[in-house]
Amino acid sequence: MAVYLNIVASGLLTGLVYGLAALGLSVIFGVVRVVNFAHGEMMVIGMYGAVVLAGWPGLDPLLAAPLIAAFLFAIGYVLQRGLINAFIARPEHMQFILLVGVALMIVNGLLMIFGPDARSTNVEYGFETFEVGALLLDKARVYAAGAALLTTAVLFAFFRYSRPGKAIRACADNQLGARVVGLDVEGLYALTFGLGAACVGIAGCLMALVVDVRSQLAPEYTLLSFIIVIIGGLGSLAGALLGGVLIGISEALAGFFLLPSMKSMFSYALLILVLVLRPQGLLGKRA
Amino acid sequence: MSLGWPAELPRRGAVLLGLAGALLLAVPAFADAYLLSVLTLVLWLAYAGQAWNVMMGFAGQLSLGHTLYVGLAAYVSGVLFVSFGIGPWLGVWLAIVIAAIAGGCIGALGFRFGIRGVYFALLTIAFAEFTRIAFDHFAWVGGSAGFFLPVAQRTTNDLLDLRGTPTMFYYVILALTAGALVVCRALLKSRLGYYWLAIREDQEAAQAVGIDVFRYKLLAVVISAGLTAPAGVFYAFFYNNMYPEQMFAITRSIEIILGAIVGGIGTLFGPVLGAFILTPLGELVTAAVDRAGVNVPGAKQLVYGGLMVLIVVFLPDGIWPWLARRLGLDGADRGPSS
Amino acid sequence: MTRSSDRRRPRALSRRQFATGALAAGTLAGLGAPAIAQAAGLRIGLVLPRTGYLAQAGQSCFRAAEIAPALLGEAGVKVEILSADFESNVELARARTEKLINDGAQIMVGCFDSGGTSAMAQVCEQHGIPLVINIGSAPQITEQGYKTVFRNFPTSPQLARNGLALLKDLFAATNTAPKTAVFMHANDTFGQSARAAFDQLVPQLAFPFEVLDRISYDPRAQDLSVEIAKAKATKAELLLVTTRAADAILTVRELVKQRYEPMGVVSPGSPGMYDEQFYKTLGKYADYCITNVPWYDPKSALTGRVAAAFKKQFPSDPFEAHAFNVGFTYEALLVAAMAYKRAGSADPKALLAALRQTDIAEHMMIGGPIGFDEKGQNNRIASAAVQNRERRPTVVLPKAAAEQAPVFPMPGWAQRS
Repeated sequence: MAVYLNIVASGLLTGLVYGLAALGLSVIFGVVRVVNFAHGEMMVIGMYGAVVLAGWPGLDPLLAAPLIAAFLFAIGYVLQRGLINAFIARPEHMQFILLVGVALMIVNGLLMIFGPDARSTNVEYGFETFEVGALLLDKARVYAAGAALLTTAVLFAFFRYSRPGKAIRACADNQLGARVVGLDVEGLYALTFGLGAACVGIAGCLMALVVDVRSQLAPEYTLLSFIIVIIGGLGSLAGALLGGVLIGISEALAGFFLLPSMKSMFSYALLILVLVLRPQGLLGKRA
Repeated sequence: MSLGWPAELPRRGAVLLGLAGALLLAVPAFADAYLLSVLTLVLWLAYAGQAWNVMMGFAGQLSLGHTLYVGLAAYVSGVLFVSFGIGPWLGVWLAIVIAAIAGGCIGALGFRFGIRGVYFALLTIAFAEFTRIAFDHFAWVGGSAGFFLPVAQRTTNDLLDLRGTPTMFYYVILALTAGALVVCRALLKSRLGYYWLAIREDQEAAQAVGIDVFRYKLLAVVISAGLTAPAGVFYAFFYNNMYPEQMFAITRSIEIILGAIVGGIGTLFGPVLGAFILTPLGELVTAAVDRAGVNVPGAKQLVYGGLMVLIVVFLPDGIWPWLARRLGLDGADRGPSS
Repeated sequence: MTRSSDRRRPRALSRRQFATGALAAGTLAGLGAPAIAQAAGLRIGLVLPRTGYLAQAGQSCFRAAEIAPALLGEAGVKVEILSADFESNVELARARTEKLINDGAQIMVGCFDSGGTSAMAQVCEQHGIPLVINIGSAPQITEQGYKTVFRNFPTSPQLARNGLALLKDLFAATNTAPKTAVFMHANDTFGQSARAAFDQLVPQLAFPFEVLDRISYDPRAQDLSVEIAKAKATKAELLLVTTRAADAILTVRELVKQRYEPMGVVSPGSPGMYDEQFYKTLGKYADYCITNVPWYDPKSALTGRVAAAFKKQFPSDPFEAHAFNVGFTYEALLVAAMAYKRAGSADPKALLAALRQTDIAEHMMIGGPIGFDEKGQNNRIASAAVQNRERRPTVVLPKAAAEQAPVFPMPGWAQRS
């Protein structure tokens, strides 16, 4: 029994961080309607950022997160404003090609800078666990999940209560109407992309607590984020988080009951099912 | 929006095409083994890109899991040869059928439920990845330890079993690529081609006019998948080994479509031109990096990524339409001077 | 009404268009132009994966190429190494091999990845140029009837058999007999062949333990908590693993986090637990893991010379972390060089004949003298039990080559310092 609880707990914690990454994608995809196929790559930038900051100034990734967020926000903002904005009206496959090109450049650029070896943030609590009754909770994972939840809460609050947040939601709901009302749509799009990038950057930073960083991880994270966003529901922030947790837990359970090497098969099968049966996802609104 | 492809090939174009064809035919006479191997690779990518182009360029459906068909065809023909002694010329038909069925399933699933755009692309990725992991566990074909074809001494050419010199393989892939061009041209000019054009331009309008959108989109996917299969069969018999991790990798899917994107999606010569640009460019980058003595992993892929971005920003129709205009091959009206 | 354009004659290609076309054709042809031939000596073509997913290993192997010419020069053979990177991509392995042969390579060495090695073998057989495999364990490569392929590396069945047999030696040397074991393996080439060998040999070798579970995991997994939880649930006394690099680190980390303390973590033959990254990341927890793998003989004179050259060339790299890759790559280069010396010429047929006569007693890796059977396989390569001690891979078995005695069972995680 304790084994199942541990596995579910572990899946839940990891899922929350995945959820944060997917959240960034949902924000971008849902508002700007851009297919960000460089999402995993941005996450890996965040991961390397955490490694670098953990190395030289010795900053714990939890503390480095805001810095990484700012850095990725800037990248996202500039990318959207400078390059991607022109593609919003273009056919989707063009966006996709653009972003795959950007993704290729990022992954290989990182490879050239950091080399092929896996890098770790080597936090001191990386081997410790909290003991809660029969549960052994991985400290690093708990902190990461906590930070992910915090970031999500901040994001929720931003979109719900702040002016720019409401403006962004207006853009998403009705672009023409937003323009008519006088909102600077381009600026808001750039802001949104920056926010989405910051989100996934934080997720990467947190992920670096638990995982060793290699640039080849990027495409997997991109795919994972898309799977979660689609399962959870496009445009729904809660959906992204829910999707993340769902994937985290189901992969863990699938790994336990079936062959662990078939874990990912399960997620892909789930994606296919959702695409076919309920493309708006669990919490998404039907377009 | 033109495909950069006129209804009739102007005389100058035919001459150029003839020259290019003659040159390619003559290559083994003057080229060394290295150049031959690079050209074989180029032609393979040109062929696979052309097959992908049918789905994307002609019918507007983005497939990012095209390596699924390559992999399935490779394994099917490989297994038929090793376990049942059935040669590639027979095996390819079963490979085509299986690839077409796989494409049909994906297409049917996708279109039946109205899955479009990036969702459809993700569907194709999901199927390719799912198949990769499945084959990793498929012990009968070696699982992740790989599947090997027995290789014999290759000084004689056995065309029937595709056991032979690299020159033989070069001509086979050259013939395949030429065949693909012919098939695609025929498709473009047929009624099917015009239905696809209509669907690509405006799916709702096409439906309103009475075109059975579901059926023709499905046909595009099936034809594209089936057309890709011979590439997989060729791979199996040329390289004689396959691993699920490599055969069904998403990086291979992207490799296949790069040429078509750079050359020009939807055009007839785009994928071929793109392949001829990309691979030599890659080799040049690698050679330059080697000569500079610098140890930078990833330079080639970085250049490819940069090229993708440049093309899609500045030449979204691809290089072929631009080149065709420059060479005066698109039959456009030009004054006596220029 | 006709327009003037209808009566235009087709214009000939303009000069500029022709020049562009010629340039393009010239570039294409230029790619095939061979490098200028160098002075006498053996030209060895070395193909390695220096980029792509095998980059780490390929870069490691490449270090041997940087120190080999000087060392081989001291042994009386002048070699020139032409190297190429096949980017962990099978199609490119073929093209790069062709290129190096084109550039004048008289003997090929490579390439770490079985798929790539198979491609190289086909090209080499086609040209009649010898290929000496440094690392590549797929058994099929020496079963194809090639006349030009020589492999100075065990096949995966041999690796597994040697690795498993050493387990018994380990139990004998430490007077232990774990009663239960669980086998975890990555679902990749190594892992699957280890599993196959395991299933076949366990009944034959009469181990004291009963295998409670076999857990296969995705080598790309970032998270092995479920797999370790499964292993822990069996309460097995011995954990046998077959890993790659990143998952080795994940495995031990999870073991510590989940507080699972088997008597030992032993690999019957896989990379990962003796990598530099493993030590850097796991620190004190890296110690006492055992890998049964072909290894360099710390007591061999050649090892000393290679280690010295390595330390001089790469002062900031620990030799032990690269010794496996460097050792086998150097030995392959050595085999090529010695064959050239024996043959007295670089003619392919002479080289092939000389290679078949290879009998090198003074070499670096543990095992009998280097020699090849009629299939081109060297069957005398032994495995050693390499245990991590003080964050350094240390040979503990066989006794003849051992630097220290093995420690088994290992101290618990909490007792590490």
